[in-house]
Amino acid sequence: MTKMNRISALFAQATEPVLNVYTTAGFPRFEDTMTVLNALQAGGVDIIEVGMPYSDPVADGETIQLSNQASLEQGMSVAHLFAQLKDMRKTITVPVLLMGYINPVLQYGVEAFCAKCAEVGVDGLILPDLPMVEYEASYREIFEKYGLYNILLITPQTNDERIRHIDSVSKGFIYMVSSASTTGAKTGISADQEVYFSRIAAMNLQNPRLIGFGISDHESFMKASKNASGAIIGSAFVKMIAQAKDLSAEIVDFVQAIKGKK
Amino acid sequence: MSFNVDERGYYGNYGGAYIPEMLYPNVEELRSRYLDIIAEPSFQAEFHALLKDYVGRPTPLFKAERLSAKYNTNIYLKREDLCHTGAHKVNNTIGQILVAKRLGKSKIVAETGAGQHGVATATVCALMGMECIVYMGAIDIERQAPNVARMRMLGAQVVAAKSGSQTLKDATNEAMRHWINHPVDTHYIIGSVVGPHPYPDMVARFQSVISEEIRTQLQEKEGRDYPDYVIACVGGGSNAAGAFYHFLDEPRTALIAAEAAGLGVESGHSAATTFLGKPGVLHGSKSLSMQTEDGQVIEPYSISAGLDYPGIGPMHAHLFESGRATFYGVTDEEALVAAVECSQLEGIIPALETAHALAVFERLQAKPNEIVVVNVSGRGDKDLSTYQNRLKLND
Repeated sequence: MTKMNRISALFAQATEPVLNVYTTAGFPRFEDTMTVLNALQAGGVDIIEVGMPYSDPVADGETIQLSNQASLEQGMSVAHLFAQLKDMRKTITVPVLLMGYINPVLQYGVEAFCAKCAEVGVDGLILPDLPMVEYEASYREIFEKYGLYNILLITPQTNDERIRHIDSVSKGFIYMVSSASTTGAKTGISADQEVYFSRIAAMNLQNPRLIGFGISDHESFMKASKNASGAIIGSAFVKMIAQAKDLSAEIVDFVQAIKGKK
Repeated sequence: MSFNVDERGYYGNYGGAYIPEMLYPNVEELRSRYLDIIAEPSFQAEFHALLKDYVGRPTPLFKAERLSAKYNTNIYLKREDLCHTGAHKVNNTIGQILVAKRLGKSKIVAETGAGQHGVATATVCALMGMECIVYMGAIDIERQAPNVARMRMLGAQVVAAKSGSQTLKDATNEAMRHWINHPVDTHYIIGSVVGPHPYPDMVARFQSVISEEIRTQLQEKEGRDYPDYVIACVGGGSNAAGAFYHFLDEPRTALIAAEAAGLGVESGHSAATTFLGKPGVLHGSKSLSMQTEDGQVIEPYSISAGLDYPGIGPMHAHLFESGRATFYGVTDEEALVAAVECSQLEGIIPALETAHALAVFERLQAKPNEIVVVNVSGRGDKDLSTYQNRLKLND
């Protein structure tokens, strides 16, 4: 892979806070995946994180669980998702991550999965239940062969030594979980959280950080971005698209509102 | 070949700690300390005193003469059904709450399916004055009302898991999510030999008192400290892990696991994981689990709520794969017949889970001079309404 990974290119050039939005594949309707991706990009999103639905998403709160369940009931699978993303790079130029749980990846076959990611133009993976020790022992070589970044998480309970280790293994960015919680459990940023953000900022890590969990509007996005390169929005977005009447237009409005461009 | 956990937390190809980073500090704290805590003399003294005076151990090893005569062999029943709260589950909850205290935790969260582990957890929380939250599938709350009432009477908060299929696997997901949201003051008491390392090993160690006692008791009764067969039912596999533990490296003892085949292994309504499962990750460890081709977890079925789980512990996956243990699938019907047989030949009404283990004598073909030990994991009181309906006891 001689071409620079889109994630690295983005952070190398970014002058404004980076916005990463999570959406569940095949949601609200099975066939909406590409509509949502195109609208996110049109609205000005910087990174798109596509959730691969799973029956038992333990790191996720109710909103994302329900979207996973709905998507699976509509027939979504890893194979269907790759089919939907087949021509993604004809329109999508921003970095795309796949987020999900390790079991469906194992069943697809790790190498086959990574090859398919490279083929459709996926830049990285977020697999919260793939622990770092297993990644280093059995997955890293395959991920790197296909130019895929493995995005690792840190939390307020992660100690400095482990953060340094995660930083040394990471490429692209570090996903900084804002509080001890599942997704969508809390909203807003407290003073305690800001102390944690600035503590990590002071560590001068080699990787940029995006802050996720609890980010839902322009105010929380800007607050988080003060101590990081940007932030990640998931549950608030999924909640919005679950009820959207004009899907594309409302997605563009949502993204512009978060970025303060409206 | 080793059948115990290695330093990486694996049994052969199975085990590990597949957990989100949010749980890493908690699980790592437990992993780095559990062996030292369990080895402390003060822990051992408190654990064994409670097992003796509170749980009522040692539980008897009873020679079942009429069953032995029927199957022309020597059948012993290990009476875990006589433990306080009516099942082996309490051996583990006593151990874990003592660990939780030493980790400085003040609150306990647990999952439960049929409610036996929930009751055993609520019981030890009452005993130790700790706050207790038990997640239980909304559907299980309806079908296991007496155990919900017991937990509430013991002071526990029972929370309905409304996600997914609203049964044990979803209760487990919810308990894990609760732990993610309360990482500092809460300990998660997992009820079986499942979950991320070190849970499978820790739970197996606490349940290993079962096989430790079997050894001593057989020595007294038969002049040898091993049986030819140990039989136990396997859902997640905690009572089997305890009954097998001290015989894992005893080649003269055959290990027999009875899984719930529901309406039949191939019926589409079954919980026989070794027959239907594939290697994968569920609830924090790599093991065998029932799943679709796409890796989505399949909701299992069994008449027994305690065996109605889509996975098995990594130790059992390894025992299966290595051939060290033999697994039988037992249907609902076969379990019901065995429950009646044990009740009417021995005067012991077993739990539906245990009934699966009692259903394999015919297939075992043990010889007249051989010794068979069955772990009677629990008593049947909780299953009376199922027995009433299925056996038409009120007609």
